[in-house]
Amino acid sequence: MESTKRHFFSDMNVMLGRSMHHIFRSMDTIITVTITPIAMMLLFVYVLGGAIQTGTDNYVNYLLPGILLMAIASGIAYTSYRLFMDMQRGIFERFHSMPIARSAPLWGHVLTSLVSNAISVLVIILVALIMGFRSSAGVLSWLAVAGILALFTLALTWIAVIAGLSATSVDGAGAFAYPILFLPFISSAFVPTESMPSGVRAFAENQPVTSIVDAIRALLSGQPVGNDIWVALAWCVGIMLVAYIFAMRVYKKRM
Amino acid sequence: MQNQAIQVNGLQKSYEKIHVLKGVDFEVKKGSIFALLGSNGAGKTTIVKILTTLLKQDGGTAAVNGFDVASKPGDVRQSISLTGQFAAVDEILTGRENLIMIAKLRHLKNPRPVADDLLNRFGLTDAADRRVSTYSGGMRRRLDIAMSLVGKPQVIFLDELTTGLDPEARVEVWKTVKELANNGTTVFLTTQYLEEAEQLADRIAILHEGKIIANGTLAELKKLFPPAKVEYIEKQPSLEEIFLAIIGKKEEK
Repeated sequence: MESTKRHFFSDMNVMLGRSMHHIFRSMDTIITVTITPIAMMLLFVYVLGGAIQTGTDNYVNYLLPGILLMAIASGIAYTSYRLFMDMQRGIFERFHSMPIARSAPLWGHVLTSLVSNAISVLVIILVALIMGFRSSAGVLSWLAVAGILALFTLALTWIAVIAGLSATSVDGAGAFAYPILFLPFISSAFVPTESMPSGVRAFAENQPVTSIVDAIRALLSGQPVGNDIWVALAWCVGIMLVAYIFAMRVYKKRM
Repeated sequence: MQNQAIQVNGLQKSYEKIHVLKGVDFEVKKGSIFALLGSNGAGKTTIVKILTTLLKQDGGTAAVNGFDVASKPGDVRQSISLTGQFAAVDEILTGRENLIMIAKLRHLKNPRPVADDLLNRFGLTDAADRRVSTYSGGMRRRLDIAMSLVGKPQVIFLDELTTGLDPEARVEVWKTVKELANNGTTVFLTTQYLEEAEQLADRIAILHEGKIIANGTLAELKKLFPPAKVEYIEKQPSLEEIFLAIIGKKEEK
């Protein structure tokens, strides 16, 4: 048992390497998690953006936080898919009958989700820079943005783990992501919530995406963040903890 | 040194209300090939899962390589490897990458030469750098078994290893298993193909309705065959006939 603990990080690293290979060998994953959000960004900025009144002269700046959240939401659907496939193919049984930490394969998937989403976020920010995105944020603000995005990724990843472990079909494993993908549309991600009818507006202003988007937007534009950042953090940490507890319970039961 | 690789006493297991194992006893000698035979759903895989620490038993004891599976699962996992019902290979990685991955997880010092050696032994050198998704069923199974041999475990479990393979691939895999036992590895295999047990195993146990109802060498099992039948049939009874005869006898009681 001692040796399995000692090797936990190297084992997890092997698992990470394995699923990163999966990602880079599947064009499908790369297209969905980076090209689709970029296409959305192009569409909103160059086609719809002219008609949207946000009160800023740079719509790319306004749009970017929401696009990043959408990219992450579509990225974690693949975490769920990869986990489901591992369970199906029996490779988890092989791992679990080996002298490695029981949770290493699972943490490998979680870490992969963090790393791959970080990569797609970086790519999207680079494209946004080309499209005219500018930020006056300092190093600390950027670190805060990175922290919020990492927490958001982890929170959604643990939800994805629950879906991946309990799904009975491939479609089921990915389906939970669709409602999450829709949340940014009913938030302040694309248009100010003031423009919405009162019922929709009440939902939009009290759901996690709005506070996260507003916090990131304020950090990137060098504005005071106010309460948004604490609300955003509370949502992320809260969802993450609840999802983690449930995911671990399902994992222990399935293994 | 003790002589038994696996010792199972009074093993019990239920799923919900179904009593799958009702007191299973058997021993497997070190370096032998032991076949557990039974129909679909007889509980063969349940036994494999308990012995490989994937599942906890409800009662009885089981020890692998001298370690109790319930109290020393870490030591058991050091001693064994499992090739499950479904080929547990990574389809997206190449054959070589699969072997290197397992070698790293077993914390071997030189993963690459270990992988190259196994690729060579299993006739996969030419396909080493192709993704496993392009492999035939037989090649996949060979890689699967090769992955189980990384780190030289003393006991290997092969659960229904030829299920779904065509006859040609099956013969190919049999050859591999025979070579394993020649090198001193203990092999525990489950199968529903009677010919497979007949071809490979030193000892054969038949699991039926939660218990081992026969356990012996092929020659010993043949003696259990009702002698009256021998008078009418010129050829030696096949294991299949023995199997059906024994089960039939039990059910009459």
